[in-house]
Amino acid sequence: MNYVSKIRKFKQVGTRPARPDGDDKVTGRALYGADTVAPGMLMAAVLRSPHAHAQIVSIDFSAALAHDGVKAVVTGADLVAQDEGSLRDIQENCLATTRVLYDGHAVAAVAALTLKAAQEALKLIKVEYSALPHVIEVDDAMRADAPIVQSGRALENVPEGFSQNVTYHCQFGHGDTDAGFALADEIVTRSFKTAATHQGYIEPHACLAQMTTDGKAELWCCTQGQYNVRDICSALLGLEGSQLRVTASEIGGGFGGKTNVFIEPLALALSHKSGRPVKLVMSRSEVFRATGPTVSSSIDVKIGMTRDGRITAGRAELRYSGGAFPNETVSMGAQSAFAAYDMAAVETLGWNVLTNRPKEAAYRAPGAPMAIYAVESVVDELSQILNLDPIDVRLKNAARKGSKSSYGPTFDDVGLIETLEAAKAHPHYQAPLGPNQGRGLSAGFWFNFGGNTCVSLNVNTDGTISVIEGNPDIGGSRASISLMAAEELGVPYEKIRTIIADTASLGHNDITDGSRVTFSVGLATIKAAQDAIQKMCGRAAQIWGIDADAVTWEDGAAVPAGENAGKFPPLSLAEIAAVSFETGGPIAGHFEVNADGAGVSFGVHLCDAEVDPETGATKILRYTVFQDAGRAVHPSYVEGQMQGGAAQGIGWALNEEYIYGKDGRLQNSGFLDYRIPVASDLPRIDTVILEIPNPGHPYGVRGVGETPIVPPLGAVSNAVSRAIGKRLTQLPMSPPRILQAILKG
Amino acid sequence: MKNTHIATKVNGDGVEFTCEPDETLLEVLRNRLGLTGTKEGCGTGDCGACSVLVNGRLVCSCLVLAVETQGAEVSTIEGMASGDGLHILQQTFIDHAALQCGICTPGILIAAKALLDKNPSPTDSELRFWLAGNLCRCTGYDKIISAVQAAAAKMRAA
Repeated sequence: MNYVSKIRKFKQVGTRPARPDGDDKVTGRALYGADTVAPGMLMAAVLRSPHAHAQIVSIDFSAALAHDGVKAVVTGADLVAQDEGSLRDIQENCLATTRVLYDGHAVAAVAALTLKAAQEALKLIKVEYSALPHVIEVDDAMRADAPIVQSGRALENVPEGFSQNVTYHCQFGHGDTDAGFALADEIVTRSFKTAATHQGYIEPHACLAQMTTDGKAELWCCTQGQYNVRDICSALLGLEGSQLRVTASEIGGGFGGKTNVFIEPLALALSHKSGRPVKLVMSRSEVFRATGPTVSSSIDVKIGMTRDGRITAGRAELRYSGGAFPNETVSMGAQSAFAAYDMAAVETLGWNVLTNRPKEAAYRAPGAPMAIYAVESVVDELSQILNLDPIDVRLKNAARKGSKSSYGPTFDDVGLIETLEAAKAHPHYQAPLGPNQGRGLSAGFWFNFGGNTCVSLNVNTDGTISVIEGNPDIGGSRASISLMAAEELGVPYEKIRTIIADTASLGHNDITDGSRVTFSVGLATIKAAQDAIQKMCGRAAQIWGIDADAVTWEDGAAVPAGENAGKFPPLSLAEIAAVSFETGGPIAGHFEVNADGAGVSFGVHLCDAEVDPETGATKILRYTVFQDAGRAVHPSYVEGQMQGGAAQGIGWALNEEYIYGKDGRLQNSGFLDYRIPVASDLPRIDTVILEIPNPGHPYGVRGVGETPIVPPLGAVSNAVSRAIGKRLTQLPMSPPRILQAILKG
Repeated sequence: MKNTHIATKVNGDGVEFTCEPDETLLEVLRNRLGLTGTKEGCGTGDCGACSVLVNGRLVCSCLVLAVETQGAEVSTIEGMASGDGLHILQQTFIDHAALQCGICTPGILIAAKALLDKNPSPTDSELRFWLAGNLCRCTGYDKIISAVQAAAAKMRAA
């Protein structure tokens, strides 16, 4: 549906009211995953593999079970075995059955009266392993003679001759790239590498599970998607979906990393065995070793350009590894790599490769940051070689309405050109640079998603509104949903309270991911409000004794539709609600949808960096984010997404990486050695919101959460490369790596 | 291990508890006293989510043994608001959208208040280095810095 013609002047959307959960969160009252208790609760701990790859010969937990205070032990045999496919992979990842595939892979779990007793019991479990050869780096794992992580997992379209670790292949593009390269005045070909990074949410995974003998179960956990948790745990525990009620706690960050299930089935199984509630909380080290991270990548890019800056052709080959289980994240990279460009000839090839690393989890625009980093680095280098302004080069080639995208579809209204023009006009772009300083920029892109969503909206008899939605609020979405309900109904924001339902209280909602919540839940909320409005108009018609068609809704009240409808004073929402029991009963609106039309989002980041030539350390001096939000419902939280994504991307560019030893074990599983940006690492992060309405949403909303992590990798790398006069091609750009590049001469 | 009896003050209230000698202050606050506003992000003193004051000194409660608080005064996030309402810092954090997921917020509020109590007019740089022990993964710190500075201005005027 195209809503463009209906986009209107807003009264509340675009304002910045206090978020409804603010008071709870600044007082410590808000309850997160680890913050609840149950009577008789046991504490659980997980035994994890010390090997990167090994056969499990035997597990003897008799001594653990006999340990003082221990009530239950579970191993892989205690989960319901799944058939082939992704559920089987999730099962194996939650608890290994025959082989451990990475350092930190869960092998067994214990529930005891105290956490200390559970941890002591872990040491009494005797696991006999037979070590197998392992492989960590993606390029190594592709070789035909590489140790095989899992065999028989390659999809049919993977050509013969590759290692069995290559499980997936994809190809996108259009036009004749060879002909395009022949037209170029300059061609640059480069190879890039990016490290695996972790989402780094501050709240470790935590849950409290209770299974009872009558086949019912309750689960409280921090998750981005309680319905997904329910579906997976039901399968792994042999429960019926209706009997497992999952309640999402307040969530202490996710960024994609809490779209998965790790410990919840273990806690449920332990509760089933012990007959007691079981609480299970990961340590920070477990979070690093066994959850997340992103893919690591190895990418080749070739781009041809004319002297005046027109791109004639582009080609990229992307090799991603998302750890020990098959995934198709590289498809996102292959589709998004050149999305910012209107190209006559483009080709991208993607390969997924198994390695002995943790099972990849989504991280904000999964697959896109590394692909776009590689392309934006080459575009920047070509701009340098041809002595062209890098924004002008991007403007000359920018994707716009009507462009056939590099991944197939033709773009509708998109805001890339406006975003680039805003960057060019911003004072940041003219700010003077000193010695050892450089300015980098990068465009960024994300598809955005819609998906399955339902909302109930109850009109209470006192004229207030309860909105019931099913997507965990990860960055202020309850405020945005309340704003849209208030706007549509024409009542003050303060009259609305939006809550996140458990799985028994509302129908299915897809996970909080894909930048879908403000778009999809917002759309469903607006439609649910319209449903309620229609019913309220009907009640007013009944009170007035006129046709329902003769009543319309204006400024929070039912009014006669025109002169012929009769003369009646407006009936406000509160007045209609107050007499609802006399006019047909309670009033509620509902809407259910599998939403499409999410509308892609483009962003542009400007970064000024200074490199210390003696240490190789980088300081970010200025940083500005420009992004098309379609419509910023609560601008403060849109800015927050832009700033937070930028900070994560800066960490990815400069510091963050999974470091493995020769033994295949992770060497930096803590915040001391896996260093995410701290306050003193960063400057102010300025933001400019562009609003090019998305035709697919009643208010023009586009998702904004993921795009901001895409450009920083390229923007920072381009700034550092210009600062030191050397082209860098590997992330993170840690001081030793930069110093090495400087000293190479 | 034998439990030890501890008498201390938490947020001004006299509190008695028993704990094992190796239990941290964080564990006691959360698991024995039910004060779950203080969060555990790492348990190794790297993230600051468990920041509290002990005798006015800013500490990571995961690095303090509970038995060390014998006779001490402990201040946690639960003691920051009064019956009259939120502390200026708390209200300003809401007004400036300085929190997203909120898990780091209690620790950052405790740390920021500790700074402003001894330095009512910090520069942005002083503030950023003071808060460098408190990790936030959502905000990029920008709105946190703005909120603390705005609160500091209000507190100076009060």
